[in-house]
Amino acid sequence: MPPLLAVEDLHAGYGPIEVLHGISLEVRPGEIVALIGANGAGKTSTLLVISGCLPVRQGRIALEGEPIERLAAHEIVRRGICQSPEGRKIFPRLSVLENLQMGAFTRRDRAGIQHDLDHAFELFPILAERRGQAGGTLSGGEQQMLAVARALMGKPKLLLLDEPSLGLAPMVAMKIFEAIRKLNQEGMSILLVEQAARMALMLAERGYVMETGRITMSDRAETLLGDERVQDAYLGE
Amino acid sequence: MTSFPLLVAQAESAEFWQTFLQYALIGLTNGALFALIALGYTMVYGIIELINFAHGEVFMLGAFLALTLVLHVMKLDEATPVGLWVGIGLLLLIVPLFCAVINVSIDWLVYKPLRQAPKLAPLVSAIGVSFVLMNVGLLWGGAADVHFPDFVSRHNLLGEDAALSFTYKDLMVVLITVPIMIALTLFVQTTRMGKAMRATAQDPVAAQLMGIHVDRVIGVTFALGGALAGAAAVIYSLYINTVSYQMGFTNGLYAFTAAVLGGIGNIPGAVLGGLVIGLARSFGSGYVGERWTSALVFVILIAILVFRPSGLLGARTREKV
Repeated sequence: MPPLLAVEDLHAGYGPIEVLHGISLEVRPGEIVALIGANGAGKTSTLLVISGCLPVRQGRIALEGEPIERLAAHEIVRRGICQSPEGRKIFPRLSVLENLQMGAFTRRDRAGIQHDLDHAFELFPILAERRGQAGGTLSGGEQQMLAVARALMGKPKLLLLDEPSLGLAPMVAMKIFEAIRKLNQEGMSILLVEQAARMALMLAERGYVMETGRITMSDRAETLLGDERVQDAYLGE
Repeated sequence: MTSFPLLVAQAESAEFWQTFLQYALIGLTNGALFALIALGYTMVYGIIELINFAHGEVFMLGAFLALTLVLHVMKLDEATPVGLWVGIGLLLLIVPLFCAVINVSIDWLVYKPLRQAPKLAPLVSAIGVSFVLMNVGLLWGGAADVHFPDFVSRHNLLGEDAALSFTYKDLMVVLITVPIMIALTLFVQTTRMGKAMRATAQDPVAAQLMGIHVDRVIGVTFALGGALAGAAAVIYSLYINTVSYQMGFTNGLYAFTAAVLGGIGNIPGAVLGGLVIGLARSFGSGYVGERWTSALVFVILIAILVFRPSGLLGARTREKV
């Protein structure tokens, strides 16, 4: 069985500066894969390249064996990769419900959309309460839930999550991680970028460690959690 | 004895209100025109945060196309009344289409290659495009003001002897602008493309991540803005009956002020701003003096920038980080 997502020797950058120097990683169906690393290591850039928001300079990206590295961002969403981006990027003047409907922009199956909407409200009941409220008026945690739920509305094969715990109180972050676990139990494949490395590795099956644009370690998540170098650098022990 | 001054006051007051209402009517009619042009500024700004200074010139070229069509192609001055209305209908199809094509072409040729550049680059380019188009207008129509044939009756709808005047011409402006604004609002609020426009305006990267083809949305926005300028050009030409290569600059400036006044990027704001600017100009020339109207309009602009920089209806929800 081919991996769901295969990234091979990926190079990308901004203007004259290259920030990704040959990233390779894989996500297999049904997995949570954690991508951890310090600020500025290139985790967010990696997700942006996969989503087509940042052009590929060299290397290959394949979804279910099909190359996608030359596709535009909106086409990649149609192929089944949806992202909850860094900084959440909620539409501030659209209501919660409209934000979720935007998430289903590529879809025409009304019944399916309604089903997924109900499911999103089940996963994050607070969003149902706030459905008429403008996205910009939600709290940080609620916005994060909305960003994840909005990405789910695209009915992805692969969900990309960029720092879903960033700036949230520990209790709220726990709720988000709980929802991620639940989604995965339902069969969702997830590539999770996190600075909260311990939480991410506890959730994930496998993990990659990134440093200044390169993957420096990759292993089973438990192994990484037990690794001295990872503990020193990212787990604060 | 005491009743005498009171009567005078009443007579004066009736006259005062008559002229006041008249200025208000003129102001609202003109304002509707500014609003149509202002919508083009505000929609483009809403999507790509660019003040498209060439927008006024697109409006001007639309007026010259209308003039050429009317004089050399349609021969509207010889048309029957029915033929005349059909002709105006045709103008309202052809000229907006022409202006939409120009506006989209400007975006493709000039702004699109600069999409990732610092914001000043497309802004300065917009001013450059504006000069180029103004010279196209100069070649097309010459340096002097050109008379646009006066087809639409100035017959007062309120009766020939009525104190207030509201003519067929005024009615024409209302009958064309109001449906256009309603249609635009419905388009933006309810259609798939309209929703994509609103989403792109609020966060272009997030819009891409929703599967929205942002380049296409930008193209549609330029097309719509251009079409509105084209419609405004037809109405303006039929209403004011003078066209000139400079009309894009002056009216563009008023419309831009209207857009800023209402809150740039905000569609109802542009309409409100247009009406306010129309009223300010009308009352200004009525009560202060014609030559002060422009000064008055720009005093309003400065006051808005100082006291309410986001405009009358500008972004009210504060974004949380």
